[in-house]
Amino acid sequence: MTKPLLSVNDMAIVFTSPDEPDIEAVRQVDLTLTPGKTLALVGESGCGKSVTARAVLRLLDKNADISRGEILYDAAQDGPVDIARLDPDGLAMRSIRGAQISMIFQEPMTSLSPVHTIGNQIDEVIMLHERMSQKQARERTIALLDQVGVPGARDRANAYPFELSGGLRQRAMIAMALACTPKLLIADEPTTALDVTTQAQILDLLRQLQDDFGMAILFITHDLGVVAEVADEVAVMYLGDVVEQGDVYEVFRAPQHPYTQALMNSVPRLQRKAERQRLSPIKGTVPSPKDRPEGCAFTSRCPHAFAPCPNIRPERTEVGAGHIARCHLLTQANVEEPA
Amino acid sequence: MLRFAINRLIAMVLILWAVSFVAFAIIQLPPGDYLTTYVATLSANGDRVDPAAIDALRRQYGFGEPYIVQYWKWITGILLRGDFGQSFEWKAQVTDLIWGRLGNSILVEGLAVILTWLVALPIGIYSAVRKYSLGDYLATVGGFIGLAIPNFFFALILMYLSFVWFGANIGGLFSPEFENARWSLPRIWDFVSHAWAPILVLSLSGTAELIRILRANLLDELKKPYVTTARAKGLSEFRTIIKYPVRVALNPLVSTLGWLLPALVSSSVIVSVVLNLPTAGPMLLRSLTSQDMYLAGAIILLLGVLTVIGTLVSDLLLAWLDPRIRYGGK
Repeated sequence: MTKPLLSVNDMAIVFTSPDEPDIEAVRQVDLTLTPGKTLALVGESGCGKSVTARAVLRLLDKNADISRGEILYDAAQDGPVDIARLDPDGLAMRSIRGAQISMIFQEPMTSLSPVHTIGNQIDEVIMLHERMSQKQARERTIALLDQVGVPGARDRANAYPFELSGGLRQRAMIAMALACTPKLLIADEPTTALDVTTQAQILDLLRQLQDDFGMAILFITHDLGVVAEVADEVAVMYLGDVVEQGDVYEVFRAPQHPYTQALMNSVPRLQRKAERQRLSPIKGTVPSPKDRPEGCAFTSRCPHAFAPCPNIRPERTEVGAGHIARCHLLTQANVEEPA
Repeated sequence: MLRFAINRLIAMVLILWAVSFVAFAIIQLPPGDYLTTYVATLSANGDRVDPAAIDALRRQYGFGEPYIVQYWKWITGILLRGDFGQSFEWKAQVTDLIWGRLGNSILVEGLAVILTWLVALPIGIYSAVRKYSLGDYLATVGGFIGLAIPNFFFALILMYLSFVWFGANIGGLFSPEFENARWSLPRIWDFVSHAWAPILVLSLSGTAELIRILRANLLDELKKPYVTTARAKGLSEFRTIIKYPVRVALNPLVSTLGWLLPALVSSSVIVSVVLNLPTAGPMLLRSLTSQDMYLAGAIILLLGVLTVIGTLVSDLLLAWLDPRIRYGGK
């Protein structure tokens, strides 16, 4: 196994508010990203996946704080850096942002400045991180736009975002993110705001660009179909905890955590009417982080919950090569086996 | 952009014509005319007025003629000869009277506007970026006080304090010996030592208002995703904020820049009276009360022209700043 590019270890993120008690939106996240691979981070809305992604770039709001854990970024030049300990506005963090780790956002409509041309916005990141004149930067921008499949790149560089379709805007966004050939690309639900055909094109594009640039991708989504299409590995999040991470085939074939199993069962399949079965939704609703049990977060909705679940947090258990899950059922089995 | 400008210019000419028509109608609205007022003043002083002389004057000024004819005479005089007519009260050409006054107005108010923006811009940005910090609260309190104090009252306080503390009288714009002198270094110095007070007074409420508006606009923009995008590029916080959200937050403010031009002339009437400033505001007030119609008409027309030009300027500025307007986009 190759050396991980980025590993998030036991990270917790706390949101403070003057009127309410603190909320631990992210409680226990462990992730490992390998160069050239795509890790999909899956979870319901509000489970903390976007917050996790932003934490990697230290783009959290001022009221959020990484209270525990480390984000080790190993760029191979001068040893690993713990991003969690950097000053978010400091030079060290800023020279990583955009140059080594970059990000694509969910809303291509609002994530680009409405009053600057897309060329201007892409040139900016190139000139910021690399010694280039405006003219050289623009040439590179045009090449990039061409590479991400924007037709008539030279003219489109002078277009304003409102003159482009959603798909083209997202392509421009991707070009911007790839402008300095980053080692890690974070894609925060990049296709959620797009229609299905455009979505497929963007996913194809990302996969092809990964082959060309060789970067790692952290792909945030709630769509298991998208995961199956793009991911090499998958990490499943529930209410601030990463409950399972592993090879995408492995996890999809034999999910170990009850939440992952429940997710798999709730995906509709195209079937003839006679063969259709009722979907089995996960019972109950996601509790608020305030009501989260001290132990496993899924306890209140888990069909298999038993004695230790509400109080003791399950340990990481390796259930296969690189396949890890946190569930008491697994450790219990391990304990019982030797007996 | 060029087509946009040409369209606006054509519209501007039509609007100006309408403005002149209405302006002339307005100054004709009060019952009677300058001669009625004049005769009334003379009789009140016990002078006898010769009706024949009055009739002669009335014919000379064309007061008896229908509105359209009077308007035609007035407007052709302005367009063909640059002649705005006579001021009855001052017994002088309107053109000779108003330029100096207008110049003073624009100078003083223009400086006040520049001061307003210089002060309000950084404070507004600061109080939005550091929301609920001590500085923000200070700016908010200061802003509300600035908004709440009427300008003329602030002027009175300032006059009182400067008299009590420094024994200085801060009325007027120039010392008497410089009143009609040509511009020179000593005259500039004299102007500065007089003008700081009116400039301070006139910029007070504008500054307070601008701080509040800029803060509110910027707070909206700071939450937009494109700001996060800019941060994710690795831009420093300062550059991020100046280049993106501030730029967008300024758009609505730029669109109000145009209203400043007419405000330059007419907004400060009371302050000008209190501080005894030789600007156009008090002159307009006086000409209206004495029914000095050509003088009032000229000032009102110029206000209209300034409004239209101001609107055009801010439209062009806005189109230049915001491409969505330039292209008539969504």
